Amino acid sequence: MLNFMNALPGAVSQGLIWGIMAIGVYITYKILDIADLTVDGSFCTGAAVFTVLFTAGTNLWLAMLAALAAGMLAGLATGVLNTFCGIPAILSGILTQLGLWSINLAIMDMKSTVAINVTNNEMLDRLLVSLRFVQDVAKGDRPFYQHPVFVVGLFTAALIGVLYWFFGTELGCALRATGSNPSMARAQGINTDFTKVLGLMLSNGLVAVSGALLAQFNSASEINMGRGAIVIGLASVIIGQVLFGKVFRNFALKLVAVSIGAILYYIVIQAVLAMGLNANYLKLLSALVVAVFLSIPYWKGKYIHVQVKTGGTRNA
Amino acid sequence: MLEIKGIWKTFNAGTVNEKQALRGVNLTLKDGDFCTVIGGNGAGKSTMLNAVSGAWTVDAGSISIGGTEVTRLPEYKRAPFIGRVFQDPMLGTAPSMQILENLALAARRGQRRGLSWGVTKEEKEKYQEMLKGLDLGLEERLTSKVGLLSGGQRQALTLLMASLKKPKLLLLDEHTAALDPKTAAKVLNLSDRIVAESHLTTMMVTHNMKDAIAHGNRLIMMYDGRIVIDVSGEEKKKLTVPQLLELFSKVSGSDEADDKLLLS
Repeated sequence: MLNFMNALPGAVSQGLIWGIMAIGVYITYKILDIADLTVDGSFCTGAAVFTVLFTAGTNLWLAMLAALAAGMLAGLATGVLNTFCGIPAILSGILTQLGLWSINLAIMDMKSTVAINVTNNEMLDRLLVSLRFVQDVAKGDRPFYQHPVFVVGLFTAALIGVLYWFFGTELGCALRATGSNPSMARAQGINTDFTKVLGLMLSNGLVAVSGALLAQFNSASEINMGRGAIVIGLASVIIGQVLFGKVFRNFALKLVAVSIGAILYYIVIQAVLAMGLNANYLKLLSALVVAVFLSIPYWKGKYIHVQVKTGGTRNA
Repeated sequence: MLEIKGIWKTFNAGTVNEKQALRGVNLTLKDGDFCTVIGGNGAGKSTMLNAVSGAWTVDAGSISIGGTEVTRLPEYKRAPFIGRVFQDPMLGTAPSMQILENLALAARRGQRRGLSWGVTKEEKEKYQEMLKGLDLGLEERLTSKVGLLSGGQRQALTLLMASLKKPKLLLLDEHTAALDPKTAAKVLNLSDRIVAESHLTTMMVTHNMKDAIAHGNRLIMMYDGRIVIDVSGEEKKKLTVPQLLELFSKVSGSDEADDKLLLS
C-alpha cells in the first residue's frame, strides 16, 4: 500500500502525459470517426525527434516544436494514403505505423534507446518534466511549480483551451461535420479529403508532443515506447466517456474527461502492479479492459431492454 | 440555368453486374424552372441528380450550371451552385452537431472556411427567425443536436439549409419518400414555398405521379436511362394520372407500367 501511495504522484504525472496523446486519439476516433493506428508509431517519433535534438543541445521548446512537426508529417502520410490513394483508414494507419518503426530507428541513429543524461544537473534543469522532479519537489529541493503534475496539468489546460477555440471556428466546424456526416459536408462545399488529412495531422502532432513529454519524464526515448498507445488512448477516451459522459456535455469538459480517463488508467495500472502483477501482463490487461468497455454499449443495446410503461387509452 | 448534354454512365462496367444507368440524357432547364422527375425503379432519376451534384463523374457528355462547366469538378466544388435534399433524412444534416451549427455550415456553402467563429451572434438571431417560419418549434431548440430531431423535422431543416445561401439549382431527391403522408405533405408545401420565395431553379424526383403533376411547371419521365416524356406549360397543367400512364406505356412499348408507378 505504501508502495502504491509513493508511486501515485508519478502515476498521475504519467497519466497526464498520456492524456495529451489520448486527446489526439479523441480527435480522430470521436470527431473524425476514424480509428487511426498511426499513433503507435508517431508517439515514438515525437520522443525520438525530441531526444535526439535535445541531447544535441537544441532548445527545449524548439525540440518540442520539431516533435510536433514530425508527428504532423506522420499524420499527413496516413491522410494521403487514406484520401489520395484510397486505402481504408485503418490500413493506412497500420502502413504508416510500420514504416515509422524504421524511421524512428533511423532518427535514433539505429539505436533502440537514446538516453537523456539526467545525472548531469545542467541537462536535468533544462527539462520541462522529469520523474526526478516528482521526488525533488517532495524533498523540497525544487519549487512546487516544477512538479510534473502542475506543469503537465497547465500544459493540458492550455491545449484544451486552444482546441476548444479551434473546433468552434469555421474550419473546426468543417472538420466536425466531416466526421459527423461526410456526404452532408461535401454537399456544403467542404473538401472532406482536406479536413480528414488536417484532422490526422493535428491528432498525430499532439501524440508526438505527448511522446516528447514522456521521453523527458522517463529521461529516454525507446523504440517500443509507443506500442499499444492506441489502446491506451482508446481506454482513456472510453473511461472518460463512461464516467463523465452524462455530466460533461461541453466540448472542453469532454476533453478534460479524456485526460482524467488517462490518469485513472495509470492509477489502476499502478495499483495492479502494486498488487504484484508481472508487468509483462500489462498489455493483455489493457487489451481486456478496452475490449470490455467497447462491448458495453453494444451489449446494452442488444440484451438490456428498458421497461416501458404500456397502457392503452381507456376508451380505445 | 442547367444544361445536360448527352451524359452516359455505366456502373460496374465489364462485370456481370454491369448497368447502363444513364444512356444519353439531354436536358435544359431555364432560370426559375421547377421540373419534376418521375420513373420506375432503376430508370435513372437519382443517377441523373447525382451526376449533376457530382457524386462521381460521368463517362461521357457535359453538364453546366448557370453557364459554368462542372462536368469534371469534384462534388465539393459544385456545392456552391447546388442545394440538395436527400431521400434519407439522415444524409442531409450532421447529427452530432447543433441545429445552429448545421445552419451556420450551410450558410458558408462555397466560401473559404477560415479561423473566424463558426457561428456568430447575428446569425443566431437570423436563424431563430427563419426556424420560426417552419412552424415546427425548432426555434426553441437551437442548440439541440440534430440527431434528436424526427425525419420530417430534419428534412425541413435540410430544405432550409439548402436554400439558406441561394443556390443556382435545388435538387430534391425523393425527399418526402421516407416520411409519413401527413409530414410528407407538409415538407412538400414547404418546398413549394421556398422555391417560390427565392425563385429557385429546381429538380424534384418523386415516385408519386400526383405530386409530379401538381408541382412545378415541367415534368419529365425517365425510362431505362433516358428521358422519354417531357411536358411543360399548359400541357402539363392539364395532365392527369391516367393520361400519364398511357403516355408511358406508349413510349416504353409495354402495356404494364411499372408497379411502383401505379401503386403510388
